[in-house]
Amino acid sequence: MTEIQAGPGAAVAAAPVSGDVPAIELDNVVKEYVSHGEVVRAVKGVSLAIAEGEFFSLLGPSGCGKTTNMRMIAGFEDPTQGVVRLHGEDVTNVPPNKRDINMVFQSYALFPHMNVWDNVAFGLRRKKVPDAEIKRRVGEILEVVDLVGREKRRPKEMSGGQQQRVALARALVNRPRALLLDEPLGALDLKLRQAMQIELKRIQREVGITFVYVTHDQSEALTMSDRIAVMNDGLVEQLAEPREIYERPASKFVAGFIGTSNLLSGTVQQVSGATAVLALGQSDRILIPSDGTLSAGQTVDLTVRPEKIKIAKDRPEGDLSVVRGTVAEVVYLGTSNSYVVVLGDGAEITVFEQNAHDSTITAERGDSVWLSWQPWHSYALR
Amino acid sequence: MSRLRAALTPYALIFPGGLWLAIFFVVPMIVMLSLSLQSGSVEDGYAFTFNWHSYADGLANYHDQIIRSLLYGLASTVLQIVIGFPVAYWIAFKGGRHKSVYLFLLLLPFLVSFVLRTISWQFLLSDNGILLGPLKDIGLLPEGFRVLATPFAVIGGLAYNFLPFMVLPMYVALERIDPRVLEAAQDLYASRFQTFLRVVLPLSLPGVFAGVLMTFVPATSDYVNASVLGGTNTTMIGNVIQNQYLVTQDYPTASALSFTLMALLLVGIFAYARALGTDDVLEVAAR
Ligand SMILES: Nc1ncnc2c1ncn2[C@@H]1O[C@H](COP(=O)(O)OP(=O)(O)OP(=O)(O)O)[C@@H](O)[C@H]1O
Ligand SMILES: [Mg+2]
Repeated sequence: MTEIQAGPGAAVAAAPVSGDVPAIELDNVVKEYVSHGEVVRAVKGVSLAIAEGEFFSLLGPSGCGKTTNMRMIAGFEDPTQGVVRLHGEDVTNVPPNKRDINMVFQSYALFPHMNVWDNVAFGLRRKKVPDAEIKRRVGEILEVVDLVGREKRRPKEMSGGQQQRVALARALVNRPRALLLDEPLGALDLKLRQAMQIELKRIQREVGITFVYVTHDQSEALTMSDRIAVMNDGLVEQLAEPREIYERPASKFVAGFIGTSNLLSGTVQQVSGATAVLALGQSDRILIPSDGTLSAGQTVDLTVRPEKIKIAKDRPEGDLSVVRGTVAEVVYLGTSNSYVVVLGDGAEITVFEQNAHDSTITAERGDSVWLSWQPWHSYALR
Repeated sequence: MSRLRAALTPYALIFPGGLWLAIFFVVPMIVMLSLSLQSGSVEDGYAFTFNWHSYADGLANYHDQIIRSLLYGLASTVLQIVIGFPVAYWIAFKGGRHKSVYLFLLLLPFLVSFVLRTISWQFLLSDNGILLGPLKDIGLLPEGFRVLATPFAVIGGLAYNFLPFMVLPMYVALERIDPRVLEAAQDLYASRFQTFLRVVLPLSLPGVFAGVLMTFVPATSDYVNASVLGGTNTTMIGNVIQNQYLVTQDYPTASALSFTLMALLLVGIFAYARALGTDDVLEVAAR
């Protein structure tokens, strides 16, 4: 098994960093459905390479093509165009039962007429594994997913979380080279969901196989993944490590989709050294790192994360981005306070303030406040 | 007050149906039971005498017809499964958006009266009719070949007449299968055949089970098919009972035969339900 070291370059590179053959590769894949005489382009040309042992997430809003991508990898859909490779081998026309990967379905899709044991043993029996080995491996995997003693239960006699673990065991027991999970935690409540996230991560580390994980829950993707592909409308908008995606969103869409982010735009007034100054209003200015591509007069879209912004009654000193606004809303969130501040031009900025020192809040609704942040927390969007 | 109402509601709901069953089902059953224990003749009238000899005589004289009825019922049921399953399967999985159209087409012939349908079969199968006549003319079949009055005609007629009652429950069971479950089977290395054998078939068994219950009983006690399509060697117990009632007017024998048939069918159904009506069967099928 190889270590994943997706460096900064991974943001643009579709190929994995190491020289190894990727576990899963989509090469310019297009999928069109025809429904009611109309062509629906569900996937519009996706290329990505997932490394062996990687926890890879597909993240995106409903209908962006995540499931379609997954079903093409598993073999349930034939791509309209493009090539699917598993461990370097073109499997575009190989049926699902001949692919050495397994899928955990969104709805679990357990066999309702079989008990837990038979569900889990299904794949091994089809592969004609000897009975003694089936017995050992099914027993082992049921231990991993903590279902020992429930072998005789039918799916309908179990809770959602237990069924989910059966689905996981049923796939893992075959020791596939890759596991596809399509929103496997979608049906669970928050607490069980978080417990299962930790569990899944642990299992993935223990068995050391490639996980391709579909979710539309961004925090789930951020906490669990080695790399994330953010999809929108049939295309990959950004492919990078979670931190990179969060800190350096590649597009307005990604910035808006991941976490809460504040979108601003301004005109470059001057560039001094590595910092550009954007004018917003009279007393407002935004500082932004300049990599030499910015020049005076240019309009820039940028984003700032709410937790990077400081809120104060007085104008702060120093080389900071500084903007002035009026507090429109204050929300007490327990561990933090959240403010919505309206700027002079009508833009709304969300600010998170840690509840670290005391429980008093800095500003009330209607107060006039100054917002400030470090230059490097302004991030220009393409 | 509202508690009282809540307590009475179930009874209020069952009342109309219960009354209906009591008057039109239980009462005739009791009348029949008493009839079967009477003795006498048409001329002198019948009197209740606890005469259980009608049962013994009925069994002694008509056991051939009883056994034949059970065999025909069984054969036609098997035939219906063989013919009906692919139909149900096709409509459920390949019917697409037109499923209800296909189901309607399946039921269409059954809007015509049972007897009329059977008579049209008689017309189709007659010795020199539109089916056999041409085949005989071109020499494909010998002159003396016939289908009418053979067991094949009767069993075929039975299978045809009760087919929807077999197909519909099978269709319902197949239709309810989650397509994802079939994909899961394929994902877990099952071939198409294995998927059918291990998943589709076991999951459709409850439908087959219900279909058998709904067709075996009426097919076994049917008399229309045997009288329209059959001959003297294919007489079923239904024909005997009908004859005893309406022609010979030997009511005790007719009633006793009816009860004998009913008892046999009940025992058969219970044995069948015990053997196949549990989830364990599915589990065995799944291995
Ligand atoms: N069988 C199909 N026939 C026609 N259109 C389809 C079919 N399957 C998916 N689509 C369309 O393709 C697009 C992508 O669907 P897909 O299921 O991949 O989305 P998704 O990203 O998984 O969404 P979700 O988060 O809601 O599961 C959608 O617009 C959907 O309506
Ligand atoms: Mg989906």
